[in-house]
Amino acid sequence: MAINETRQNRLENEKKQQEDILLLRPFTLIGRSVISGVNHLGAATIFLCLAIAKTFGRKQFFKTLQQVYYIGARSMTIIMLVSLFTGMVLGLQSYHALVKFGAQGAVGSLVSLSLIMELGPVLTAIMITARAGSAIAAEIGIQRISEQIDALHTMQINPLQYLVSPKITAAFISFPLLTAVFDLVGIIGGYISGVILLGLNAGVYTHSVKAYVEMTDITNGFTKAIVFALIVSTVCCYQGYFAHMRTDGRGAKAVGLATTSAVVISCVLILVSDYIVTSLLM
Amino acid sequence: MAIPLIEFKNVIKRFGTKTVLDRVNLQIYEGEVTTIIGLSGSGKSVLLKQMIGLMKPEEGTILFRGKPLAEMKKKEIIASFAQMSYMFQDNALFDSMTVYENVALPLVETTNLGKAEIDRRVLARIEQTELGDAVHKYPSELSGGMQKRVALARALITDPRIVLFDEPTSGQDPVRKNAILTMIAQYQRKFGFTAILVSHEIPDVYFISNRILALYDRQIVFQGTPEELENFDHPFKDEVIYSLEALQKELSGLYSKRQFEILNRVQMKRKEMGEKYCVIIFALEELNEIIAKLGHDAAQEAIHAMGLYVDKHFGSLGGFSTRHRLNEFITMVPYSELGDIQVVLQDFIKDFQEKGNNEIWALYRKLVPPGQCVDLSILAGVAQGRPFDEIDSVIESARAQQKEIGRLRCIERRREKR
Repeated sequence: MAINETRQNRLENEKKQQEDILLLRPFTLIGRSVISGVNHLGAATIFLCLAIAKTFGRKQFFKTLQQVYYIGARSMTIIMLVSLFTGMVLGLQSYHALVKFGAQGAVGSLVSLSLIMELGPVLTAIMITARAGSAIAAEIGIQRISEQIDALHTMQINPLQYLVSPKITAAFISFPLLTAVFDLVGIIGGYISGVILLGLNAGVYTHSVKAYVEMTDITNGFTKAIVFALIVSTVCCYQGYFAHMRTDGRGAKAVGLATTSAVVISCVLILVSDYIVTSLLM
Repeated sequence: MAIPLIEFKNVIKRFGTKTVLDRVNLQIYEGEVTTIIGLSGSGKSVLLKQMIGLMKPEEGTILFRGKPLAEMKKKEIIASFAQMSYMFQDNALFDSMTVYENVALPLVETTNLGKAEIDRRVLARIEQTELGDAVHKYPSELSGGMQKRVALARALITDPRIVLFDEPTSGQDPVRKNAILTMIAQYQRKFGFTAILVSHEIPDVYFISNRILALYDRQIVFQGTPEELENFDHPFKDEVIYSLEALQKELSGLYSKRQFEILNRVQMKRKEMGEKYCVIIFALEELNEIIAKLGHDAAQEAIHAMGLYVDKHFGSLGGFSTRHRLNEFITMVPYSELGDIQVVLQDFIKDFQEKGNNEIWALYRKLVPPGQCVDLSILAGVAQGRPFDEIDSVIESARAQQKEIGRLRCIERRREKR
């Protein structure tokens, strides 16, 4: 009798413990994710600081120039194409919205301010992430899994200086420049749809752009571009550099996952930081 | 006793919960060729990577010239590792760079040498490693053997004092394997660096190694000379050495030294007192000249072909052979008289000169520039022994009798004579 009672008590205790575990599981998962996130944030910050510290090392100029060509110059076509159609759509949408209030004269200012303050930096950063960021993560990831980064260590070549630092510096140079191109071509796109296609007065459009765009708007846009450059280059290089330490895959799979993570994390962080920077600048 | 160049004291290395190295103790001495042997996945590469700082042990001490790395200042550690060079198992070549750029990379990035000097050094090293035709090719355009040689050239370009080779011969054919090992031995003698190899090539590595370290069951179970390893009594020998030796016999037709001695003892026991046997010592001369003019592959092709022809002619008589030195073979033929051996020797040299000649030189015909032909001398010495004679004295006696029995003439030269 006593034995049965003890057994029953034990079973009840076990059941209660399991219920507790089930109840706590979501919190455990959240806790683990937060700890992991904080760890990665810390590691990425150290990674960035070490890479920046190597920016002015010997023979860095030519390597940085190469990366400016790769990240910047070779992204020009896609940036111009995207910005042209973004500007055209903005012109089209804003014209049809403003014409209802008889305010179609403000199309130029709406297009230019939207592009300069918001769409230019954000879309440029997302396009560079898709084109160059993914390639950076994949390239460094492959170099990691094929022991090329270890080989650099054995040759007394600092991999951060050789591989990462030029890419981060090049991103700092390329992002604002490409954002400027995006803004300019986008405004031209707005002109094409508003003036050429919808018959808005050309003088009104250009005057509206000149009258309402201030220098602060432009510098704010560039500030965002620099913040995005920092985020995209760090995240993409970091994901590739530590591809071998992923727990969800090994070898080529790890490189694929690292590339996906680089793009997804970069895009999410671009939008999150966009809000934070905007709220700080406003 | 000299202070070891590198010493491990109770080193433990774990990956998660798996212990790969468990209280490893080892010593590596300066100026020597040390080879680490062990089964695949036993942790040999992990051992090597800890020596150059690519991995750190969980427990234990690694000493460099008697000083623990953990107690060194950062500058001292950098200076220690700067003396080392590493040749990766999978080469770790930069696939977006040409052969030239790969080899030049350490000089371009870590020295202040001018372009002309870098060009001179890199091209010289590329020539030495027989990669002259591949200077502007990318690694993906090269064969596995050529990629190995690019990795070797890159490892040696900075004239390091210590070179770590992680399975330098993996994925190579038997001739190429020996060519790479000979190349390592030759460079080691020439430049005087300390070589640390991880290799499976038993017994070939014995010819170039001063010391052997055996890694078994997560520990170093043997440290000593190749000769001392012959007398080492441990399960490691059954599981690793014997299986690898059997594979070598299949590939080359030659027995290892140890197998040769066992066969010899068995033969001696079976024979009645007074029954004679013969020992023949073969050697190939002018190998260094061939290496200099035609490269290591040509020299190894000659040695390999000779081994096969010796086995073909004397194996059919019940003879068994082993490679004794880099260019020397010993064949023992039981139940044979000197007269019989002389007849077989003549058949051997005729066959080897006719067929072997073509096989060896045909591959290198295009490489031989006019007037650069090299003749290989084939030496042989025969001695007769009885079961009660010491085998070593019979071998010495055969060596004393050694004389030239033929030459392998370069095909290009023979054509010119016609």
